[in-house]
Amino acid sequence: MTDVSLQRGIAVAGTLALLLFVFELVRRKHLSERYAILWLLAAVTLFVLAGWKGLLTSLSHDVGISYPPSALFAVAIGLIVVLLMYFSLVVSRLTDQNKILAQRIALLQNRIEKAEQLGAVEPEERELFDEELSRSR
Amino acid sequence: MRRNLAIVPAFNEVDAIASTVAAIHAAAPDFDVLVVDDGSDDATAARASQAGAEVLRMPFNLGIGGAMQGGYIYALEHGYDVAVQVDGDGQHDPRHIHELLDRLRSDQDLNMVTGSRFIERDGDGYRSSPARRVGIRVFSSTVSAITRQRVTDPTSGFRMTNRRGIELFARDYPHDYPEVEAILLMHAHRLRSCEIPVRMRPRVTGESAISSSQSVYYMVKVLLAVFVGLFRRRPALEGAKRPPAFTEKGA
Repeated sequence: MTDVSLQRGIAVAGTLALLLFVFELVRRKHLSERYAILWLLAAVTLFVLAGWKGLLTSLSHDVGISYPPSALFAVAIGLIVVLLMYFSLVVSRLTDQNKILAQRIALLQNRIEKAEQLGAVEPEERELFDEELSRSR
Repeated sequence: MRRNLAIVPAFNEVDAIASTVAAIHAAAPDFDVLVVDDGSDDATAARASQAGAEVLRMPFNLGIGGAMQGGYIYALEHGYDVAVQVDGDGQHDPRHIHELLDRLRSDQDLNMVTGSRFIERDGDGYRSSPARRVGIRVFSSTVSAITRQRVTDPTSGFRMTNRRGIELFARDYPHDYPEVEAILLMHAHRLRSCEIPVRMRPRVTGESAISSSQSVYYMVKVLLAVFVGLFRRRPALEGAKRPPAFTEKGA
């Protein structure tokens, strides 16, 4: 077995494993489809590049990369950057939504306490609410 | 019903909060007091409540921006016409509240009045570290240039807004270190603001929200926000029925 075909074998096996891993995570509902799509796209792209014998060589030749596996790394890094950027967007949005939820909880709690003082809410309900809150912390 | 609200953000201010609330009640009896407890792990909320303040208890620490916005949403929902921010640590002297109010009422077109430490230079004025002064000067000249108006103390949190300012801040308020951006937010929405001189006292207890190691992040973050904000489209304030903060569509 030559060096090149060994490299290809490892690359194909690796990307195939990634594909199957993502598939399995989605099947077990650990990873939602929404986020799986990007991962699957990345895995399929790398799988095709690794498996299609002439593609990577001709692509890397076209853009002037003398060592084809470097082209594979370049593509992989590009995909990783896209994924990370996407996650940063998701985290920013979650942070915003989290803030809004916290504000709403504080405002609601204030209203409940006000209502209790006016006798509109039974104390037992209040105790349940407090227990609930302390358990969630 | 009273229509004026003092919003007091507080994080672990158990020693200072009761006297702050009492001082506001004494100096400005026509203001309701709302303490926004930003996830304190001491008895800040209980002390504030005992002192006669309304209390918003954030379930965890949101940072000053999120806490203040909670206060503005409260002001909006309870129909207040005027809201003033007063720090929970006793730095802001409540005796200035009526000076802010007089200035705000003196001009119908005015939406926000800020208490500035740097308009009048006198011997026993506010003291701060040289590094902080440099930072404030950078912000001051940046904000002045953008708003084409002299702003001497853009980092002052001692400020009063009318109903339109409350509506704006309830809908959109910067995350952390919000003061500088809030001025530009007002400007972007074509709301008018001005400054009057105040004196600030040294802190009673607790630690400043901004330690020296954080001040570099503070500078960079605020300048970035200011720069990006110049390129942001602002929706018209009237008739906009958006949730209180930015969320993506369809999220």
